Amino acid sequence: MKILVCISNVPDTTSKITFTNNNSEFNNTGIQYIINPYDEIALSKAVDLVNGGADGTVTVINVGDVSTEPTIRKALAIGADQAIRVNATPKDAWFVANQIAEYAKSNDFDLILTGRESIDYNGAQVPAMLGELLSIPSVSIAKKLTIEGNEATIEREIEGGKEVLTANLPVVVGTAEGVAEPKIPNMRGIMGARSKPLEIVEPIAVAALTSFSHYETPAIRSNVKLIEESNVNELVNLLHTEAKVI
Amino acid sequence: MSVLVYIENTEGLLKKSAFEVASYASQIANLQQTQAVAISIGDVADTELQKLENYGISKVLTVTNDNLKSFINQAYASIIAAGAQKEGADIVVLSNSFSGKGLAPRIATKLEAGLVSGAISIPTFNADSTEVKRTAFSSKAIATVTITSPIKVITLSPNAFEVEEHKVSAQIENFVPEIATTDFNTIVKEIVRATDKISLPEAEIVVSAGRGLKGPENWGMIEELADVLGAATACSKPVSDAGWRPHAEHVGQTGIVVSPNLYIAIGISGAIQHLAGVSSSKTIVVINKDPEAPFFKVADYGIVGDAFVVVPQLIAALKTYKGNS
Ligand SMILES: Cc1cc2nc3c(=O)[nH]c(=O)nc-3n(C[C@H](O)[C@H](O)[C@H](O)COP(=O)(O)OP(=O)(O)OC[C@H]3O[C@@H](n4cnc5c(N)ncnc54)[C@H](O)[C@@H]3O)c2cc1C
Repeated sequence: MKILVCISNVPDTTSKITFTNNNSEFNNTGIQYIINPYDEIALSKAVDLVNGGADGTVTVINVGDVSTEPTIRKALAIGADQAIRVNATPKDAWFVANQIAEYAKSNDFDLILTGRESIDYNGAQVPAMLGELLSIPSVSIAKKLTIEGNEATIEREIEGGKEVLTANLPVVVGTAEGVAEPKIPNMRGIMGARSKPLEIVEPIAVAALTSFSHYETPAIRSNVKLIEESNVNELVNLLHTEAKVI
Repeated sequence: MSVLVYIENTEGLLKKSAFEVASYASQIANLQQTQAVAISIGDVADTELQKLENYGISKVLTVTNDNLKSFINQAYASIIAAGAQKEGADIVVLSNSFSGKGLAPRIATKLEAGLVSGAISIPTFNADSTEVKRTAFSSKAIATVTITSPIKVITLSPNAFEVEEHKVSAQIENFVPEIATTDFNTIVKEIVRATDKISLPEAEIVVSAGRGLKGPENWGMIEELADVLGAATACSKPVSDAGWRPHAEHVGQTGIVVSPNLYIAIGISGAIQHLAGVSSSKTIVVINKDPEAPFFKVADYGIVGDAFVVVPQLIAALKTYKGNS
């Protein structure tokens, strides 16, 4: 089985998010970058599915400039066999999906995995765009994934429940928690990652359709109103008369 | 020009989010001096669809076909895109629901449309671009996204937009688009619904608990509190990681993002990753025995106290309140 895993390079979850240039750009000063946590689940699943190389190969792909290479190397350390970096700063999901689709078209993958969304721009757009660009099925928020022969069985979340569906390969799956336990690279993986192939591909010309033009940070709540432990009636009263939520 | 809005149903009944997106789409149509057309897929009675006219929808396309009884992502996306073309829609609106997230990118790709996911406000229309606000960085920021393509697809964040009644009269029309057989590439095998439970992303009140509850055996009072309030239950990540609660209840940066009217956090410290998923809640109540817990800094109301003492008292007080009102 040939698996492609799409990897996004995102600010660490503990990052304080601030902006520069008149609040038009994310301020990356002092920010540590990590593999998007959902992509880590996708990658861990892919590594499990190929059984340490016995049953196939795992290729990771990232659309990014040279600064994303440490994240790509970490993906190789977790267990991917090879990596592709499309040498471009991602402009929007449309741009990224087209770059990945272009690579996937000439490389017959059986399975394409992405995270359900990236934790920076949270668009959750790439998996289904890829499915559409490649004319194959896509499932955007998968909680479980099993492959048997040529068939994928996928459990996806729906409001107030879950749905189980099947699709023939190839298929695009956006993975959420539950699909796999995230793997932590070991020393052997880290050493091995240095010599694994990382190919750099130049982007195709695609115009972005959207852009992030301005940011605000959400209003900070005015000071918390503390209520005595022994006075829960007061809380009920405030929720009714002041907050008007009950 | 028109605005096309996709209306979701659960077993023939319109979802709560359906009225949100209908109201949102008709307000956009009003701004653009055009009409808002809804599209529904699957078996939904005309009397149910007619309800949309209370929210400014003047036409409903209904697509019923035996092959479409369950959700087929590709086929549904093709139908909605065909509906947009038929109606000459330059704006397509969906809910940012689990299904909406699977459909919108495919529709946007078909229409070469710029897509904004999880919008929280009505767009601003400029001469050559459209601006829409949404959250970014897992709710740590609000971003303004500019769309430059002629056609735009927008998914609306659940609970972010106040539904407004605006009565018009709606005509219901059967729509029979051609769907390629290759669009039927997935087969739904099973649907499991927790019928007695309120869906977390759509809930107006959420009662959430963390590691402070000590173990799964103590969730009885959390469920009872949720019951009294008509709320959905949620939890912090370590709680679902430990298997105390199902993953589907985990909120935060790597879980579900919620924006209810009221979020009650019990025995949750308020780590930055947790706050990312709940900070757009309208009112936050924190119950924690540690006065230094970071959650208090983002709360509207707080009780410093032991959950095992406070929660039962709160349940009793709410029962009295509900009994009197
Ligand atoms: C990559 C990454 C992603 C993450 N994503 C998420 C996420 O999406 N969602 C999430 O929730 N976490 C996430 N986390 C974990 C997060 O950092 C915290 O560890 C987690 O939120 C803490 O959960 P908690 O508040 O339940 O537990 P703790 O931090 O252990 O807090 C328990 C709280 O309970 C209080 N308490 C104890 N006993 C009582 C009592 N009897 N009565 C009242 N209060 C009591 C304590 O004072 C304490 O504040 C993530 C972490 C990482 C590294």
